[in-house]
Amino acid sequence: MQPLLSAHDLHVSYGAVKAVRGVNFEIRQGEIVAFLGANGAGKSSIMNAITGLVPTSSGQVTFEGRDITGAAPETLAPSGLTLSPEGRRVFGTLSVADNLRMGAFALNDKAALETAYKRVYDLFPILQERKDQYAGTLSGGQQQMLAVGRALMSNPRVLLLDEPSLGLAPLIVDQIFDLILKLRDQGVTLLVVEQNVAKTLQVADRAYVLVNGAVVEQGKPAELTASGTMQDAYLGAN
Amino acid sequence: MDIFLQQTVNALALGGTYALLALGLAVVFSIMGLINFAHGELMTIAGYVLMYCGIAGVSFVVAVPLALMASVIAAVLMERIAFRPVRNGSGATMLVTSFAVAMILQVLFQNLISTRSQPVLLPAMLSDSVHIAGMVIGVNKLAAIVATIVMLVFLDWFMKHQKTGIAMRAAAEDFAVARLMGIRANTVIAGAFALSGLLAGVAAVLWVSQRASVDPLMGFMPVLKAFIAAILGGLGSLRGAVAGGFLLGFIEIYLSAFLPPEMQEFREPIGLGIVVLVLLFRPNGLIPSATLKAEKV
Ligand SMILES: Nc1ncnc2c1ncn2[C@@H]1O[C@H](COP(=O)(O)OP(=O)(O)O)[C@@H](O)[C@H]1O
Ligand SMILES: [Mg+2]
Repeated sequence: MQPLLSAHDLHVSYGAVKAVRGVNFEIRQGEIVAFLGANGAGKSSIMNAITGLVPTSSGQVTFEGRDITGAAPETLAPSGLTLSPEGRRVFGTLSVADNLRMGAFALNDKAALETAYKRVYDLFPILQERKDQYAGTLSGGQQQMLAVGRALMSNPRVLLLDEPSLGLAPLIVDQIFDLILKLRDQGVTLLVVEQNVAKTLQVADRAYVLVNGAVVEQGKPAELTASGTMQDAYLGAN
Repeated sequence: MDIFLQQTVNALALGGTYALLALGLAVVFSIMGLINFAHGELMTIAGYVLMYCGIAGVSFVVAVPLALMASVIAAVLMERIAFRPVRNGSGATMLVTSFAVAMILQVLFQNLISTRSQPVLLPAMLSDSVHIAGMVIGVNKLAAIVATIVMLVFLDWFMKHQKTGIAMRAAAEDFAVARLMGIRANTVIAGAFALSGLLAGVAAVLWVSQRASVDPLMGFMPVLKAFIAAILGGLGSLRGAVAGGFLLGFIEIYLSAFLPPEMQEFREPIGLGIVVLVLLFRPNGLIPSATLKAEKV
């Protein structure tokens, strides 16, 4: 089966800093795939390069058989690929509802828009309660829900989640992982970056382990925990 | 007391014009980080349209929308031709580009129209005055105040309730993430310029209504003042631009009305001194932009 999203020999640099060095991956329809690795391993750089937030130095990203390397970021969400970026980055000076409205920017059909709102409010009832509040006044956990909800508004087929549980209370972390499973059941293919390795390996179908911008191992969670590479990946870079 | 109220009306009229101009600068700056000094030339273009309409005998109620349309189109073209190629350049690059655009337009006005000030035919009604509560108020002043209020209400509605307006606020806060949401960079930037063109056009109509003339450098002074007003209010903040515009209008009018005659010479430096004093106490302006401040830290 043709992968839904894939990268071939992907490189990302920031000036002299080589953050991603020749990464390959393939994500198939319906999978939950995780990127694991220590801080600075290049996980966010990969996600940002896929979605055009940072430029790709070389290599190729393919989505549904189309080359999207260097595509304008604004073309991706309407085509079914979006990212909930690291650090939430909600629009703090916009209301919760307006943040969600922006998530579905390309959507003009009133009924489709209502459906999108309803889906997010069903997942996160607190957002409906707070819909007229400025996003900047929400708690960290609520902002994270908003960031994920905003990404869902475009009804993505592939959703990239960059550290969705960063800095959240344990109870809310569990909710985020429940959500990942729930979204998969709704037919969303997920690429997840998480610091919470144990929980991530419980939900992921496959994972890629990154060290210094390169994939050192990939496989099913059981295979990865059995080999010692994972521990090395986290310890090695620290 | 009467004279004080009278001058307050004048201050509202002038401050409102500054506020509209400062808003035009702020809308573009908040999204692109560009201070568009060619904003003044948008005013001048609108002014010349009023002048030619007067010559051609076109009635003022038709001339005004034509003038507004001209400055909106000019603003959009300016973005397309001059600023889009340097969009990813530094703030300094864009600033220099805006000076270049301003100078090119000034030279064009001087060569194609006239180096001298040209009279603009205005409806006689504008130079009438009305008596309100014992004050004699010029119709042009009253019209300026009303037009400012209408524009501010319109802008507030647009930025809060129109999808494009909300997208502009989102882009001002986090341009990269706004694009990630599917908001087209070209759309919000062109939208910001169109809005700034509309604001410059309205300001031009108000400006010309007080002076009945237009010259190639007409836009320079008011936009310099608007720039000061925008800084006074908090650069990049829309509410700040309005507050700064009105405050500057009040400072200028009250100084010219109440400063003793022998000190009138120093009116401008005293006015700027007050601005600097305000900025000493509020370095980020009266109503700082929430997002820009966060970026600087
Ligand atoms: N905007 C940037 N400018 C310069 N270097 C960066 C930037 N973003 C990330 N880096 C560097 O790139 C490397 C990978 O970072 P990142 O992709 O954020 O890793 P991760 O998400 O795995 O923590 C790190 O060395 C980091 O310091
Ligand atoms: Mg990261």
